Amino acid sequence: MIKIENLQASIDGKEILKGLNLEVKAGEIHAIMGPNGAGKSTLASILAGREEYEVTEGTVDFDGTDLLELSTEDRAREGLFLAFQYPIEIPGVSNINFLKTAINEIREYKGEEPISAKEFMQMVRDKSAIVELDSKLASRSVNEGFSGGEKKRNEIFQMAMLNPKLAILDETDSGLDIDALRIVATGVNKLKTKDNATIVITHYQRLLDYIVPDFVHVLFDGKIVKTGTKELALELEEKGYDWIKEELAL
Amino acid sequence: MAYTENELASDLENQEYKYGFVTNIESEQVPKGLTEETIRLISKKKEEPEWLLEYRLKAFEIWNNMVEPTWAHVHYDKPNFQDIIYYSAVKKKKYENWDDVEPEMKATMEKLGISMDEQKVLTGTNVAVDFVMDSVSVATSFKAKLAELGIIFCSFSDAVKEHSELIKKYMGTVVPVTDNFYAALNAAVFTDGSFCYIPKGVRCPMELSTYFRINEQGTGQFERTLVVADEGSYVSYLEGCTAPQRDENQLHAAVVELIALDNAEIKYSTVQNWYPGDKDGKGGIFNFVTKRGLCERNAKISWTQVETGSAVTWKYPSCILKGDNSVGEFYSVAVTNNYQQADTGTKMIHLGKNTKSTIISKGVSAGKSNNSYRGLVQIHKNAQNARNFSQCDSLLMSDECGAHTFPYIECKNSSAKIEHEATTSKIGEDQIFYCNQRGISTEKAISLIVNGYCKEVLNQLPMEFAVEAQKLLAISLEGSVG
Repeated sequence: MIKIENLQASIDGKEILKGLNLEVKAGEIHAIMGPNGAGKSTLASILAGREEYEVTEGTVDFDGTDLLELSTEDRAREGLFLAFQYPIEIPGVSNINFLKTAINEIREYKGEEPISAKEFMQMVRDKSAIVELDSKLASRSVNEGFSGGEKKRNEIFQMAMLNPKLAILDETDSGLDIDALRIVATGVNKLKTKDNATIVITHYQRLLDYIVPDFVHVLFDGKIVKTGTKELALELEEKGYDWIKEELAL
Repeated sequence: MAYTENELASDLENQEYKYGFVTNIESEQVPKGLTEETIRLISKKKEEPEWLLEYRLKAFEIWNNMVEPTWAHVHYDKPNFQDIIYYSAVKKKKYENWDDVEPEMKATMEKLGISMDEQKVLTGTNVAVDFVMDSVSVATSFKAKLAELGIIFCSFSDAVKEHSELIKKYMGTVVPVTDNFYAALNAAVFTDGSFCYIPKGVRCPMELSTYFRINEQGTGQFERTLVVADEGSYVSYLEGCTAPQRDENQLHAAVVELIALDNAEIKYSTVQNWYPGDKDGKGGIFNFVTKRGLCERNAKISWTQVETGSAVTWKYPSCILKGDNSVGEFYSVAVTNNYQQADTGTKMIHLGKNTKSTIISKGVSAGKSNNSYRGLVQIHKNAQNARNFSQCDSLLMSDECGAHTFPYIECKNSSAKIEHEATTSKIGEDQIFYCNQRGISTEKAISLIVNGYCKEVLNQLPMEFAVEAQKLLAISLEGSVG
């Protein structure tokens, strides 16, 4: 699905990623953990195509295409989805209109006909149920006046509507209470198939109780320094990131 | 690669103006300059009655003693009033029927998207049109059909001849000659425009519309529109305007008067797309317009405007809420780009009891433009329980543009309720990126965001117009985004 090799990137001349390697296959869930400033969100931003970051070295292969050559919108149309850590508000633009535009832009890119109103509304009903999103929120302006939890649920709702090949959840658990966390995680689990993949970026082990990863990676100082299974996350939770530092003599 | 704000700004600069062409058609003009003689000549050409000539000459005298207003937040070289041609008319007299219209004129209308074809009603277009090019009305459609209901819809010149008593009774009652510099100038030299009268209790079954076009070089357009809705009647009126692309600044100084008698309602919608000048600020129309409506008892006047054109706009469609329980509304979207300047807003004058007004103003500034909202809410002593709600929002699309708000509130009755809300926001890289990440192109994203922002106003427009307005916003702001 995605293969990142020796990715190096900087912002304003400051090196953030220092040779990152990661491969995610279809049907897998990978968790990326690490302390503040390790480069977790930078990785998400670079994959999505945020242009403040300069990629200085390395390649990213996304299902056979060179991801770094694509515009942000084409990456999305190819099936890459980023659930934002801080979802953006767009006043005056209804969620429905926003999503319909997105779906039709993606369809057009693929040479498909626009979605019919009936099919679209049915999809809205089905998918909003997955994240227990009040259907009223669907007709409100994108994220405007949403609570923190509603914003995150809305991200997963959008993910459900757009049905991406690869979803990157950037700290989706931050700011969520336990109920919202459960709803969001359940949504993600329901959307999982053998053909798509998920990268979960998180600070805490907590989310991984709900979304069980196949692999856990520790990102430290711009590189993945350790890879394991769910147990690694538990160990990290218990021993803290200093333990990794010591163990690997970093 | 993702799209930066600088790229956005440069794309916005390269917008194209679709209506910049010139029609090659023979015209008859009076010599440049403005003297008493010019006015006599115009009046004579139009075969006007004596009282109207006197009205003009008096206005000219008043105008001569006035100075151009300078309070607006706009900067421009004052027009040289002796360097303007005040009358320019297509040589051929008014067309008697559609078959007489020259092919050039037909082609012009077609390019502008104006349909005079009454047959089209069957296929859904339901708009009666008066087409005014330079100084005269060229054609008016559906006159006969409207006449069956007693509705008068014709050029101002025809109205002066055929409905002299109505013109005499109402002209200048809402915007008096002395009102302001440009209104006085208009009263002296106005050449044509539209007149509309809806009789008692009649609901006008179609949209009435006037399309204003400046064509000849060196001319100014000074038209007058007068809409009278008699007791209990209703009319929806549309106005559109365009001009050729030229290096010179051309002056458009119109007067629009609306009169809504007891229980009547007038809805007046404008899509203003005068040539805005090029991206360096050269050329474009100076749009200095006085629009005002008078509401009698239980009457309602609603102004909706989408302003995307003109180099300089100076315009405040207003309502005088004279009658008890009367209602005034003002919905505005003003878009400025490049070096455009707009100073626009409204005045709501509450005189009667229980009068209500609503002001929704949305400014969008891009490029190096300046966009100002200026509004006055005035509650008079006897306006018991007057109510006003104002909302002025500004959207900034570049680092070099300006948005300004000048709200004035004068309240002399303690039972009044007045609310004012204002916001300023910027289309952020974050919003564009968020849209991009969902697969939406930058061009679509801007259109989505701007249309969303203007929704409350666009919703007020009649269907056919709303679609046009949305397209126009897209053209004005997106240009060649890609």
